[in-house]
Amino acid sequence: MTNALEIEGLTKIYGDGFEALKGIDLHVAEGDFFALLGPNGAGKSTTLGIVCSLVNKTAGKVRVFGCDIDTHLSDAKLNLGVVPQEFNFNQFEKVFDIVTTQAGYYGIPLREASVSAEKYLKKLGLWSKRDTPARMLSGGMKRRLMIARALVHEPKLLILDEPTAGVDIELRRSMWAFLEEMNRQGTTIILTTHYLEEAEALCRNIAIIDHGKILKNTSKKALLQQLSLETFVLDTESPLDAAPELGEFATRLDGEGALEVDVQKGQGLNQVFVRLEQLGIKVISMRTKANRLEELFIRMVEENAVESREPVEGAA
Amino acid sequence: MKPQALFTAFSTIVVREVRRFTRIWAQTLLPPAVTMTLYFIIFGNLIGSRIGQMGGFDYMSFIVPGLIMMAVITSSYANVVSSFFSMKFQRSIEELLVSPVPNWVILAGYVAGGMARGLGIGLIVTLLSLAFTQLSIHNLPMMILTVFLTSALFSLGGFINAMLATKFDDISIVPTFVLTPLTYLGGVFYSIDLLPGFWQGVSMINPILYMVNGFRYGILGVSDVNPCISLGMILVFITVLAFVALKMLDRGKGIRH
Repeated sequence: MTNALEIEGLTKIYGDGFEALKGIDLHVAEGDFFALLGPNGAGKSTTLGIVCSLVNKTAGKVRVFGCDIDTHLSDAKLNLGVVPQEFNFNQFEKVFDIVTTQAGYYGIPLREASVSAEKYLKKLGLWSKRDTPARMLSGGMKRRLMIARALVHEPKLLILDEPTAGVDIELRRSMWAFLEEMNRQGTTIILTTHYLEEAEALCRNIAIIDHGKILKNTSKKALLQQLSLETFVLDTESPLDAAPELGEFATRLDGEGALEVDVQKGQGLNQVFVRLEQLGIKVISMRTKANRLEELFIRMVEENAVESREPVEGAA
Repeated sequence: MKPQALFTAFSTIVVREVRRFTRIWAQTLLPPAVTMTLYFIIFGNLIGSRIGQMGGFDYMSFIVPGLIMMAVITSSYANVVSSFFSMKFQRSIEELLVSPVPNWVILAGYVAGGMARGLGIGLIVTLLSLAFTQLSIHNLPMMILTVFLTSALFSLGGFINAMLATKFDDISIVPTFVLTPLTYLGGVFYSIDLLPGFWQGVSMINPILYMVNGFRYGILGVSDVNPCISLGMILVFITVLAFVALKMLDRGKGIRH
């Protein structure tokens, strides 16, 4: 299968000498739903910026559906749709004009562009706002406008940089559903996000980047299998005075009186309920304490921070 | 991109530029019309009637070509510099940068947008001038060629200014401190025959003098300089500025990190 994106030895050194990318390699398969995760300043936006031609690379190779951006930039761009982190449209233009103008830049005549614009504006719930200047839209509408604009030329690869930042939960879920539908229809999607719940819910493969290096590039399933311990929070029917003894499971009460139980990898969760049943403790609800991916992410980034910490000159 | 797609991309940029300056017509089309009308009334009618003839024509007829050219130069430059810098400032330039439009089409689109406004203003000022004087055209091809090429040249100048600008102050420095003095000293209001020898020599290094006189030759048939040299100079400047602008676009000067 063709790779939607191939990055080899990608390096970026900014004018002030800051090395944002240290020779990263990344492959995203066609049809994938891929997440590029990392803390602020890790190199996510620089990577995507280079792929989208918004940032000049220092060294390395980038291919979009086999089109090298050094030799076939125009072909590479035809396959790409980009949703940036910041609003980057003319705030005084009307919604419909913004979308059809973008199509025009791809060489799509106005008649065809109008049909495509109508399709995506309707899908994203913006059709009634088509004659509204962009500055009059709410934050969520502006984000959806950028998605419609990125899709108007029907790209095979859609890149989204923090697409749901600042969007309320209901709208975020509807945007997830829309992106999942696009992916099912064959569009390869790469997203960066700070909401690890979003990456866990949507993506099949994940790369974690920090300090300009790829720390991990694997499937979500393989990544989550690395999680050795998970903490569950149980709400009991009657308040507990102290954490009950549950044998090999470590327990404690959280600040609000709920019971926290640590479950090691390989331990069965059934045993927890058997023991609670024996103790006459009735559980009315259960949830994981933290997002699983979030735990892994924090652990990897912290480990990398320790490894890449520079020695202090003169320190004993 | 195929030629048809390139043309669609080019016309999209031009249509967007025209839409922009017509949407804010009170800022773009009205002020030069008002200003030039005042010039016609004050310099042409009130003061001009006391000046008498210049270059063999009454003063109003003499200054009309210069004022038309002044409006064309200022508007062409202003359109591109403000539009492109606004796109940089709002980051909507990224819409173009992520698309497959080649740099030469981007440049051609902006220049054509600047020319649309510059020549549109030129037409408005010409029509207004008919209320004050009669225009007879001496050499139509020369007139059209000079005004089109001058508009293209200053659109290119505005583009380079916008590429280099990092703040709004930077887009007003050149029009205020370079363009306006050169235009006023470029023979709009007088023939350089009136100047002492030394200042005539100094005037000859002002490129706007050649454009104003080339255009004046097209309308009145009189010029302080050889009209062919005027056209040649404009073409040389266009070639140099287009080359510089394309190089800057290729490097992503001020628009790519």
